[in-house]
Amino acid sequence: MVKKQEIIKAESRNFNFFYADGTHALKDINVPLYEKRITALIGPSGCGKSTFLRSFNRMHDLYPGNKYQGKIILNPDDTNILDKKVDAIEVRMRISMVFQKPNPFPKSIYENVAYGLRVRGENNKRMLDDKVEEALKGASLWNEVKDRLPDLAFNLSGGQQQRLCIARALATDPEIMLFDEPTSALDPIATVNIEELMSELKKKLTILIVTHNMQQAARISDYTAYMYLGKMIEFDETDIIFTNPSKKETEDYITGKFG
Amino acid sequence: MSNVKPTISKALKKNIRRNFVERLIEWALMFSGLIAILVTFGIVYILVSESIPFFDSVSLKEFLTSTIWTPNFEIKNYGILPLVAGTVTITGIALIVAIPLGTITAVYLSEFASHKVKETVKPVLELLVGVPTVVFGYFALLLVTPLLQKIIPDLASFNMLGPGIVMGIMIVPYIASVAEDSMRAVPMAMREGSYAMGATRFQTAVSVVMPAALSGIIAAYILAISRGIGETMIVAIAAGQQPNFTFNPIESAATITAYIVSVALGDLEHGGIGYQSIFAAGMVLFIMTLSLNILGQWTRNKFSERY
Ligand SMILES: Nc1ncnc2c1ncn2[C@@H]1O[C@H](COP(=O)(O)OP(=O)(O)O)[C@@H](O)[C@H]1O
Ligand SMILES: [Mg+2]
Repeated sequence: MVKKQEIIKAESRNFNFFYADGTHALKDINVPLYEKRITALIGPSGCGKSTFLRSFNRMHDLYPGNKYQGKIILNPDDTNILDKKVDAIEVRMRISMVFQKPNPFPKSIYENVAYGLRVRGENNKRMLDDKVEEALKGASLWNEVKDRLPDLAFNLSGGQQQRLCIARALATDPEIMLFDEPTSALDPIATVNIEELMSELKKKLTILIVTHNMQQAARISDYTAYMYLGKMIEFDETDIIFTNPSKKETEDYITGKFG
Repeated sequence: MSNVKPTISKALKKNIRRNFVERLIEWALMFSGLIAILVTFGIVYILVSESIPFFDSVSLKEFLTSTIWTPNFEIKNYGILPLVAGTVTITGIALIVAIPLGTITAVYLSEFASHKVKETVKPVLELLVGVPTVVFGYFALLLVTPLLQKIIPDLASFNMLGPGIVMGIMIVPYIASVAEDSMRAVPMAMREGSYAMGATRFQTAVSVVMPAALSGIIAAYILAISRGIGETMIVAIAAGQQPNFTFNPIESAATITAYIVSVALGDLEHGGIGYQSIFAAGMVLFIMTLSLNILGQWTRNKFSERY
């Protein structure tokens, strides 16, 4: 199935998730995230893609009553990040996230990008300046904003705001970046920008992306997981999933025969 | 079959009854809005018209610069500054108490408290809002001041510190409630963005939620200041009613409101200069609160949040 020699950066093992109201949203999910590869999660709305993605940075901890079961192993530590002994904040320091709708903070462009470093106690001006520039360049936003770093982030366009959020997530040198439908609120040109950006980012880090757009998954991802009703139906190389899936359900979904 | 056509054309015709009811509602709403505006103008008119004769006998310069206010003495002086000083000092003390406590309460309720705690604390705070201010006045005079005197022996029985602190306690729920509302209105997505960066609850509250809710928080502070300036009973009871040009909180003093209520309750003849003086004082009060409201509007527009 996986021909090349790949390194597993993270992996879910028999992972189950329950929302506070008892909803069994994820059932026995086993998915590897290969290092410096893009893994896409596809499947119909409500199948549990976001729920799965948000487990990787323990976002569900924010709401009382949610329950994880099973493991998500992070390498090279070989540690289950869902373990109660593991600090969720430490996890989020290494696994960052970009949301569906751009959610910049009510701060300047500069401070938005510097936020993660400030939260870590970094206050050295030179260091922050360098990191902010590097992150904005990494998110191909630098040229557009370098002359107005003190401006409020809300003044940027939607696409720019989303790249700002990527810069913000990049500034802390994460090992894994999670994207939850990052282009669904953007126009086609901004979408292309972000897709190109992701292909650039994977040279440095591992990416897990939820997308409702199958073409997007086909274009940018190396691996694809098809989910349905909280279950992982099929995981494979993207080419295989889109040309020669082994499961009938996957094929039906890919070819649009599904519901 | 034959009556299908007319039914359709009838349905497309203007619905006179509905239009009439809509109009009626519109008029009723406009009328009640108009009443509020008329009353406001009426108040301004009375304030102005009653203080004009006052300023015939007392120069504006004396009123605004003299530091003595002795309308009941043989030698009458009408300098508003002592009353303004009392108002500013007591309100200032109240704010020193209320702003930190109110803000912390709001942050706690909105960002830290569990649902259960929130549901218990909020009604208690609202209960505090309902306590008549006379009660707070006696609380200041009979409980807080004697307690403070144990720490500050020089504290006069009537002083500004006690009522200031009590007024602050009284204002806490206002600030907490308005600030909490505006913090709760901050979208969860923004908080999640902060948590996803590895921020703690406290960092998220202070660096993201509070700036996002800034206009509401400032509105809460301004409401609190207005409340403090306008508060009457606490100061009338516990601060003494001695107009005294001082900012020293351990001394007794009178505020603008305390003066107005003392004159209004006394038996000064209508039309006399003493009676007119309360309108001049009321005018100052009105201008102070009006400026605050304008300031509030301005900050609201300047910091209005967009998310
Ligand atoms: N906070 C929640 N509480 C209870 N159930 C939820 C909650 N959020 C999502 N769900 C349910 O979990 C399932 C998966 O949702 P989600 O992960 O958002 O799907 P997707 O991202 O694939 O559209 C859905 O059935 C949804 O109704
Ligand atoms: Mg989703």
